[in-house]
Amino acid sequence: MTSMPTPAPYVTPDAAAYWHAAAEGRLLLRRCDECATVIWYPRPFCPSCAGSSTSWVEAVGTGSVYSFTITRKGQGAYREAGPYVLAYVELDEGPRMLTNVVDCPVDGVRVGQRVTAVFHDTGQGTALPRFRPIGADEIPAVEIAAVETAVDEPAVGG
Amino acid sequence: MTIRGAACIAGAYEHPERVIPDRTVAQIHAEVAVGAIADAGLSLADVDAYFCAGDAPGLGGISMVEYLGLRKVRQLDSTETGGSSYLLHVAHAAAAIAVGKCRVALITLAGNPRSGGRAPGGGAQGGAPESPFENPYGLSVPGMYALAAQRHMYEFGTTSAQLAEIRVAASHHAQYNPHAYLREPVTVDEVLASPMVSDPLHRLDCCVITDGGGALIVVHPDVARDLQRPKVAVLGAGEAPKHGDNGRIDLTYSGAVHSGPIAFAEAGITPADIDYVSIYDSFTITVLETLEDLGFCDKGAGGRFVMDGTLQAPFGRLPFNTDGGGLCNNHPGNRGGMTKVIEAVRQLRGEANPEVQVPDCELALAHGTGGSLGTRMGSATLILGRQD
Ligand SMILES: [Zn+2]
Repeated sequence: MTSMPTPAPYVTPDAAAYWHAAAEGRLLLRRCDECATVIWYPRPFCPSCAGSSTSWVEAVGTGSVYSFTITRKGQGAYREAGPYVLAYVELDEGPRMLTNVVDCPVDGVRVGQRVTAVFHDTGQGTALPRFRPIGADEIPAVEIAAVETAVDEPAVGG
Repeated sequence: MTIRGAACIAGAYEHPERVIPDRTVAQIHAEVAVGAIADAGLSLADVDAYFCAGDAPGLGGISMVEYLGLRKVRQLDSTETGGSSYLLHVAHAAAAIAVGKCRVALITLAGNPRSGGRAPGGGAQGGAPESPFENPYGLSVPGMYALAAQRHMYEFGTTSAQLAEIRVAASHHAQYNPHAYLREPVTVDEVLASPMVSDPLHRLDCCVITDGGGALIVVHPDVARDLQRPKVAVLGAGEAPKHGDNGRIDLTYSGAVHSGPIAFAEAGITPADIDYVSIYDSFTITVLETLEDLGFCDKGAGGRFVMDGTLQAPFGRLPFNTDGGGLCNNHPGNRGGMTKVIEAVRQLRGEANPEVQVPDCELALAHGTGGSLGTRMGSATLILGRQD
């Protein structure tokens, strides 16, 4: 296991609670008070209904690997990290977040693999949520009631 | 109202060099501007519209207009969507010409990342609202495309050997291009044996890094009529951003699913009518997803589609990137959209390298993908036609 670099995120005022909760081992998600959509990335604006009343909710912290890649040589803070896994993890609440899969051999990650959140301290009062595979001996995650709205049509921005 | 036939590409120029350590980016912009205006048979004094993207030094083109000495610019556009910007510029120039805002538009691109120049701005990514939730995890450009490739493989059974076919076709074309950065033809096995950069993408799944640039001249049909060069008409254009969709990102398709149908509808044609395609090829997976999204094959069937020489000129079913593309020829300033349009113009004029010239090439499509397949992108599709 390589030890992953843990660069501190740039903390904006609207996301301070997210980063500070991570330092306490909790994964927060922003949810729309109007339409109950779970918002990702966290922001005080609902991209589903344009509502501006949103609140933090605590995520269960489990999900599955949507996609992954082994970055053979990183850049910046990751320059000396050796190979590491960059991934999209689909949280059980719906959103797919960019993250790393850690605490397993880099060539042991698979799409669809069940994972659970771990929190790596940045030393600056924040932590990065990352994910590790859930072992076979661990209790499987409870099914989460879907709270996301339907997304049948590929969305266009702008 | 439509831009179909409202404008022609009268000049196209690709900088012949791939390593330019001794000149400023502004100077390279000037060199390609002069090359394109000469190709059209016009003078820079005729230019009344200027288009550039984030690679242009200074403030949104104002600096370059001064550098070039342009004095009657009345339409200024610095639309920035990464590497696809220049396709949007052609479309926006055609629209401006259609409503009478200008008659001779100059579009330029230049950069020198090969020689260690500053990477183009690409917008204010440092202050982007999504950055805190992405950058700390060690993003890399190949990594973001690799995430898309991995998911495409998972959902559709696409293989690395199929992706390699795209590189093989590009290298087959590049051997005939004396200016190409990499001219050596490669085999599927050689692609697969090249070092893994970010699984499942090998080094030869990635485009080259080159200095250089290119420029285009878009004019009113009345201007084109008096010029000596073959006429290339703008027939249709579509553009669309595609993004993370509130965290419900789908990595298996690109913004081409939106931009393509708009362009085809405006041109009044279908994918089956296209004789030649320039497909943005930052990575092999970019090409594969785009071909599916534009409707050249079904979603998920891209891997099988590109096998058996489909993309190889002149006799494949859908000849692509006959200059060698970004994979082998040129990806100036880390931006491949300009060279996609330029090679499409060459094909329609009958001026591609003879070994890869598509016979009777009448309709061509150029497609750009700026940003990243793995997060958010600006897609642009352009349909061009030869006019006799
Ligand atoms: Zn809402």
